Amino acid sequence: MRKYIIKRILISILVLLGVSIILYTVARSVPGDYVTNITAGNQNITPEMEAQMREQYGLDKGLVEGYVDWLVDALHGDFGTSFVYQRPVAQVIKEYMAPTLALSGIALTLEVILAIPFGIWAARKQYSMTDYTIVAIALMGISLPSFFFASILRIVFSIKLGWLPISGMLTARMNYQGFDLFLDYARHFVLPIVVFVITGVGSMLRYVRTNMLEVLSADYVRTARAKGLPEHKVIYKHAFRNTLIPIVTLIGGMIPALFSGAVITEGIFSLEGLGNVALKAVYNGDIPYLMGFNMFIAVLTLLGTLVADVLYAVVDPRVRY
Amino acid sequence: MAEEKYVVEVDHLKKYFPIKSGILQKEIGAVRAVDDVSFRIKEGETFGLVGESGCGKSTLGRTLLRLIEPTEGTVKINGIDMTSVKKKDLRPLRPSMQMIFQDPFSSLDPRMPVGEIIGEAVREHGIVSKSEYRDYILKVMEDCGLRPYYIDRYPHEFSGGQRQRICIARALALNPSFIVCDEPVSALDVSIQAQIINLMKDLQKERKLTYLFISHDLSVVEHISDSIGVMYLGTMMETGSKEDIFAKPLHPYTQALFSAVPVADPDHKMDRILLEGDIPSPANPPKGCKFHTRCKHCMGICSQVEPEAKDMGNGHIVKCHLYDDK
Repeated sequence: MRKYIIKRILISILVLLGVSIILYTVARSVPGDYVTNITAGNQNITPEMEAQMREQYGLDKGLVEGYVDWLVDALHGDFGTSFVYQRPVAQVIKEYMAPTLALSGIALTLEVILAIPFGIWAARKQYSMTDYTIVAIALMGISLPSFFFASILRIVFSIKLGWLPISGMLTARMNYQGFDLFLDYARHFVLPIVVFVITGVGSMLRYVRTNMLEVLSADYVRTARAKGLPEHKVIYKHAFRNTLIPIVTLIGGMIPALFSGAVITEGIFSLEGLGNVALKAVYNGDIPYLMGFNMFIAVLTLLGTLVADVLYAVVDPRVRY
Repeated sequence: MAEEKYVVEVDHLKKYFPIKSGILQKEIGAVRAVDDVSFRIKEGETFGLVGESGCGKSTLGRTLLRLIEPTEGTVKINGIDMTSVKKKDLRPLRPSMQMIFQDPFSSLDPRMPVGEIIGEAVREHGIVSKSEYRDYILKVMEDCGLRPYYIDRYPHEFSGGQRQRICIARALALNPSFIVCDEPVSALDVSIQAQIINLMKDLQKERKLTYLFISHDLSVVEHISDSIGVMYLGTMMETGSKEDIFAKPLHPYTQALFSAVPVADPDHKMDRILLEGDIPSPANPPKGCKFHTRCKHCMGICSQVEPEAKDMGNGHIVKCHLYDDK
C-alpha cells in the first residue's frame, strides 16, 4: 500500500508538470494581456509606457523563458504576485477561501444527502411514477443553465417576494454583530446554494440510481431476499453497500470542486470567493493568479483521485494494491 | 403409497409478465413465462426440470419461492400454501425453502466474508443460539467441503466450484427442507460439476432434502433426478419418473430433446430428431398446443385445442393429442 501511494505521488508530480506547461501556454496565448486590459481606452499611454509596464509585469519575456521563471519560483514556494490584487497569490487564495468553502461545502453535502436516498428510491421503484418524477427533476436540474436559473430565483425571491437579498454577502450599512451577522450571511447564501444544489444534484442522483439498479438485479440481492432478510437489510446491507464502491470515486472527485465548484454562481451573486476572483483573473489576464489557483486545483484533483483509490481498497475487499 | 409425503405441490401455477406500452402504460399483452403448470415432488426426491433456454424454467423456480409473485395458481410447500401467505408473514417461512443460483460469481455479496454470507440469515432467524453459532457455521462449512480458515475470506478469493460450495453451505445453514437449484453446475467445469453434484446428492441423503433441479444438461439431470418435467414455452409438456421419461418419452418435443443426448459409443447411430423453426414468442404463443408449429406429428386438432394433461400410468403425465384415445 505504501509503495503504491509513493508511486502514485511520483506520477502525480509528472502530471502536475505537464498541467503547468499547458496552463501557462494557454494563459499566455490569450489575446489581450493584463497591460492591454488596464490601458485600454486611456489616451495618455504611450507605447514606451506600455513596454515599460510589460517589463514590470514580466510580460515581455517569451513563452519558454516566462514559464521557466515561473517554475523556478514556484518550486521555491513563490507563486508570484497577483496583478489585480497586488498581493502574493497564496495570500489572495487564503483570503477568499472562506466564502467558497462555505458555499461549496454546504451545497455538496446537501447534494450527497439528497442524491443518495432519492437515487435509491428511484431505483427501487424503477419505471414507476416516482422514478419518472425523480429522474425528470434531476434531468431538469442538469439541463438548467445556472445563470438562467439564478435569474429566475432572483426575480421570484428577491424582487417579487423580497424574501432574500439579490446579491452580495452582507447587507450594506448594517453593522450586524454575533448571531445576527451569521444570519445575514446565511440569508445571502440561500439562493447561491439552491442554484448550486439543483444544477449539480442531478448527475450524482442518476449515478446512484444507475449503480443501484445494477446491484439490485444481482443474484446476491436475490439471495438476500431468499434468505428471508428484512427488506431494509437487503437494501442497505447488501445493495447499498455495494453501490457505495463507485460512489466513493465520485466523492473523491468532489474535493477540488470544494474550491472551484461555483465560479459562475459566485460571479452572478457577487460572492467574494475564489470563483469570483478567478473569473476576474480571467477577464484581466492575471497570469500569476490563474497559474497559482489552477495549480492549486490540479493538486487537489490528483489528491482527490488518490484518496478515492485508497478508499476503494477500504470499501472493496477485492481491491488490493 | 398413501403415506408418502409431498414436500412441494404446484397446482395450475401461472406467471404472466405484463407488456406495457404508451404514455399511460396500458397493458397490451403478457409474456406467459409460466403457463398453467402443475406437479408434485416427494420428500427427499429430486425433480429435474428441463427445457430450452427461455422456456420459463428459472421463472418457475423463482415463483415457487415467491421471489416472483405468481399470477394465479397455488404452491404448497410442506403443506403450507405459499401463495396465500401475506408478504410480511413470508419471512419466517423462508429458511425452509432455499435457492442455489446458476452463477456463483454474482450470487455472493462481494463485500461479505464467507462466514457472514453463511451466517447472516442464521442469526436473523435465530436458528442456533449465540454460543453454538460459530461451531454451527464451521460444521456446515465442513459438510460442504470448505476448510475452517475460509471463514474470514472474501468470495473473490475462491474458484467457481468453491464458490458454489459456499452457495450450498449458505442455503443449508438455514436447515431447509426444499431447495431450488437453478442450473447450479452449468457455470462450472465438467470435473467440478461431478463433485458438486455428488456433494448435493450426499447432502440430500443425509438431510432428506427435496430438490427442484433446473438444468438444460440432460446427462446431469439423468444422474441426479428421480422424476423429470419437460417445459416448452412456459407449459409442462410431460412429467414422469426418470426411467419412464428416458426410456419411453411420449411427447414429440421430449423425444426430440432426448434424441440430442450424446451416447458414449462410437458405433451408436444417433437418431436425432431435428426440430425446424424457432421457438415462438412467449408473448404470442401459438393457439392450441404450443408445440404444434414445430411438431412433425401435427394434426388438425393440435392448432385448435390445447391438449389436456393425461396420466399414462405410473404418474407419467403428458400433454399431447396423440394420446387422446388412451
